[in-house]
Amino acid sequence: MTKEECKQVVLDIISEIAPDEDLGNVKPDVRLRDQLDLDSMDFLDIVMELRKKFGINVPEADYMQLASLDSCAEYLTPKFNEAGISL
Amino acid sequence: MNDEHESAASGGHCSCECAPVERRCDTLVIGCGMSGLGAAIRLAMYGRKVLIVEKHNAPGGLNGFYYKGGRKLDVGLHAMTNFVRAGVKGPLNKLFRQLRIKPEEFALCPQLGSRISFPDAQLRFGNGIALLESEVERLFPSRIDDFRSLVRIVEEHDALDTSRPQAGPARARVHAILKDPLLAEMILCPLFFYGSASEDDIDFDQFCILFRALYLEGFARPFEGVRRIVRVLLDKYRALGGERLMKCGVRRLISAAGRVVGAELDDGSIVRADNVISSAGADETLSMLGNSVGVDEKGRALPRLSFVEHMACFDAQPRDLGWDDTIVFFNSSSRMNYRRPSEAVDTQSGVICFPNNYDFGGPRMNEGMLRVTALASYDKWTAASPDEYERMKESCAERMLGKALSILPNGAGALKRTALTFRDTFTPRTIEKFTGHIGGGVYGSPRKLRDGRTPLENLFICGTDQGFLGIVGAILGGISMANSHVLSRHQV
Repeated sequence: MTKEECKQVVLDIISEIAPDEDLGNVKPDVRLRDQLDLDSMDFLDIVMELRKKFGINVPEADYMQLASLDSCAEYLTPKFNEAGISL
Repeated sequence: MNDEHESAASGGHCSCECAPVERRCDTLVIGCGMSGLGAAIRLAMYGRKVLIVEKHNAPGGLNGFYYKGGRKLDVGLHAMTNFVRAGVKGPLNKLFRQLRIKPEEFALCPQLGSRISFPDAQLRFGNGIALLESEVERLFPSRIDDFRSLVRIVEEHDALDTSRPQAGPARARVHAILKDPLLAEMILCPLFFYGSASEDDIDFDQFCILFRALYLEGFARPFEGVRRIVRVLLDKYRALGGERLMKCGVRRLISAAGRVVGAELDDGSIVRADNVISSAGADETLSMLGNSVGVDEKGRALPRLSFVEHMACFDAQPRDLGWDDTIVFFNSSSRMNYRRPSEAVDTQSGVICFPNNYDFGGPRMNEGMLRVTALASYDKWTAASPDEYERMKESCAERMLGKALSILPNGAGALKRTALTFRDTFTPRTIEKFTGHIGGGVYGSPRKLRDGRTPLENLFICGTDQGFLGIVGAILGGISMANSHVLSRHQV
């Protein structure tokens, strides 16, 4: 999986959790919280969906790694690849 | 799903007779009301094996429904509070997100408009603060800035912050902010009736939650009433593979070494569970462990506030009789009494609701309905013999209807132009029987456990005794308990 594909996975999850958010112009280097109406309950859901859909675990200490799309890609892409998940 | 044959519709899940002697689940949820369903859906969404047990044969809990006289009647629901349009930030849309429900599934229709009626003043309010603000400006022009500061204080107060203790009583604080006793009492009146579990006061957190729910947001209702909400939640839960047992309460909780390990049900069967989330009430749940109920500093049982509600159907649309309010909160003097009355019912204050008066678009209900609710004495209703009880119901119904008509425009005259087609009354005894809440307490114990924790590390309370109010608050309360105590905790 490439980092771009990983970002798309995260965006797909967000669109499921928050169908009322416009995800057309999400800037990858800006914190998701600062451009979308997402709170801690929504971030818990991103983590839960990663686990449910892909078996990827994000320990609570690493939640801050999910702050922006770029940081998500940095953190998650190796996890996807280690798990042998491709799109 | 066919909600009319609720207990039969779920086949084997609902019959205790064919239940195996021992079951196992990840989380046992006690109570199939709004908060129990909220918690259960969240857990089932993330693959947890969940079992809901409910001692009544119908779901909904304090917001249930029943059939009588060929009519579908709601128990708790006058209005669903917290109504905002799709996409507007707030608890309602948070709930939709968390449960993956589309707003249109609830089919909420906004109120026409409501009113606070005191002898010397009438304040109208609608959805959103604008109408109330203009009414305050018209009637209390010198206090409008104080009212606006109160709105700001409410907006800035994080009532859901469970990391600090309860905020303390609100009544004196609201009086100090508004500086006009009549205005303060009028603003407090609907908030007392829609959620205060404390006599003659309300906790400030609760005040802020309710102020937002009623005045900053507003009222709505599905045309079908509460059945619609319950059906959407049950369908969601069922689609996720969630199981439930109806007409099967918990006889006792089984604990060992500071943990709950399971429950013995009314049919004698055992359920083993890693966690238990109970919506039965805090004291009610602890009594399942053999503990005595909570007491105040003088050792008296904490008081519960209960209500009598009378419903009268009539052969006309309320608006054709000149009644266009959705809800009227009334008080007969300049200061509110909000406490257990010494008589069966206290008609000095109360709530009148017309379920017809929502903007349903096309459909109209077949007949008009007036509901009137007032504070009641649990002791008087439970001490009565069966004959006395029936007589009390009749006389209270007459007094309550009479009082409502005296508050409504051209009340007595209007009712002469139509015929009453059906009447029914429920009392603290009815509420206790069907919900299991001590003392028929509609808003539970005055002592709230906002974080849901109990002395047992894996037993949690959701619902009324968490202090998140109304249908939306209850569902979100259940969701938050599932999230913080089960889902995030067992993440890794």
